[in-house]
Amino acid sequence: MKDFGFTVQLDHSIDYDAKDKRMMRYVLYHEPSLDWCIGCGSCTATCSAGQFTLFNIRMAHTLLRRGETEKLKQELKKCMFCGKCQLTCPRGVNLRNVLLRINRAIELFG
Amino acid sequence: MGNRWVAPKRLLFSNSIKMDPQVIIIGAGIAGLTAAGALAEKGHHVLILEKEAQPGGHVAQWDRLFPSRRPGSEVLDHIRKIMDGRVEIKPGIRINGIIAHDQDFTVLTEEGTSYTGQALLIASGFRLFQAERKEEYGYGIYDNVITSAEVETVFKQGKKLLTSKGTLPQRVALIHCVGSRDEKVGNLYCSKVCCVTGVKQAIEIKEQLPQCEVFSFYMDMRMYDRHFEELYFEAQKQWGVQFIRGRLSECSEAPDQSLIIKTEDTLTGRPLRMIVDLVILLVGFVPEPETGKLVEMLGLSTGEDGFILPSDEHYNDNLTTVPGVFLAGAVKGPATISNTIADARAAALQIDSWLKTKP
Repeated sequence: MKDFGFTVQLDHSIDYDAKDKRMMRYVLYHEPSLDWCIGCGSCTATCSAGQFTLFNIRMAHTLLRRGETEKLKQELKKCMFCGKCQLTCPRGVNLRNVLLRINRAIELFG
Repeated sequence: MGNRWVAPKRLLFSNSIKMDPQVIIIGAGIAGLTAAGALAEKGHHVLILEKEAQPGGHVAQWDRLFPSRRPGSEVLDHIRKIMDGRVEIKPGIRINGIIAHDQDFTVLTEEGTSYTGQALLIASGFRLFQAERKEEYGYGIYDNVITSAEVETVFKQGKKLLTSKGTLPQRVALIHCVGSRDEKVGNLYCSKVCCVTGVKQAIEIKEQLPQCEVFSFYMDMRMYDRHFEELYFEAQKQWGVQFIRGRLSECSEAPDQSLIIKTEDTLTGRPLRMIVDLVILLVGFVPEPETGKLVEMLGLSTGEDGFILPSDEHYNDNLTTVPGVFLAGAVKGPATISNTIADARAAALQIDSWLKTKP
């Protein structure tokens, strides 16, 4: 392709309707407590993996909601399944199962 | 001023000892009606002046109330039962002057009548924010952008919530803080009731249309009062209402009359756009312009928000700087129904003791 000396910037915004929400539906079906999240970030603050990497479980949940599958796949690799997030959650979300289910959803739909 | 109704009423209430203390209440919403009932129970003779044709104020328009979802009519009926037959209500009144004498106040109306009382209670409430003023949301331009007040009307009529084409909406967005916490429209304050109204309506939409996806766009969820947080939890847990943290920036119409909304999904830090069938604007409180006239006539003061200031925010929050003039309810700023009822009863007590200590 001829080089015109410029590139086209891809749209950075989330187009909610264009995204595949099968993973979100799968995870919510198997772990409905994820609906109780209020996005407080307690999980992320206490996260063991988050001390050493940029892993942000609160963000991972939001990516799942928005159907941002590619980013989510990269994120999930950083989790060590220690379960501290679940201990600190004020809404009692079963986060370990959420993470296991996201991994399973990646296998199924990713 | 030959039209004073004082004399015949005094005959009617001849069991009172000396001159009947008389209270004029401006506004027949829940604040005015509650205070009237409480004062009548204490044996005072009360007259309510109301600008609309019917008493009941805003509550008469609401279907079910947060957080318990009991019918609004139930609360209104209860309040009216207390005052029925004991309080006179004059509807359709426009006030164009108030004369303060040493011992009483004379209220002059546009119709040329006048009413005199010894105490004056301003309970003229609030007005809903005019959503057209947030032009970027397209209210009044796009048919599928409606307000929370219109949703109440639909529910009150027992109808289904439909799009402008008469179809069932597949996806609805509730927009928080419309006209509140917004310097652009000049309203810095929080309207206090919209968050919980949004959660209540989200649940009601899911009750009515289980297949419909309901999204709530918020900045913070202000679930401060008793049972509010529980209602929020119920909306998530039982009804799957989805909350996206971000204020709506703009709304535009697609060719099929659905709406494209843009916000920042602040939890991912990225712009987000979404197509919805119906946008519901949770409109806040603004001061009632008619009350502004009363403020001028009586020389009362208002805060920067435009609502009337009591003489002391803690100890005398039903009193004004003018002796004999009292305040109740949303004239002092956004208030819930339960807060307004409590405030109106407190005002009635203040008026009662003031009338008793009058020389």
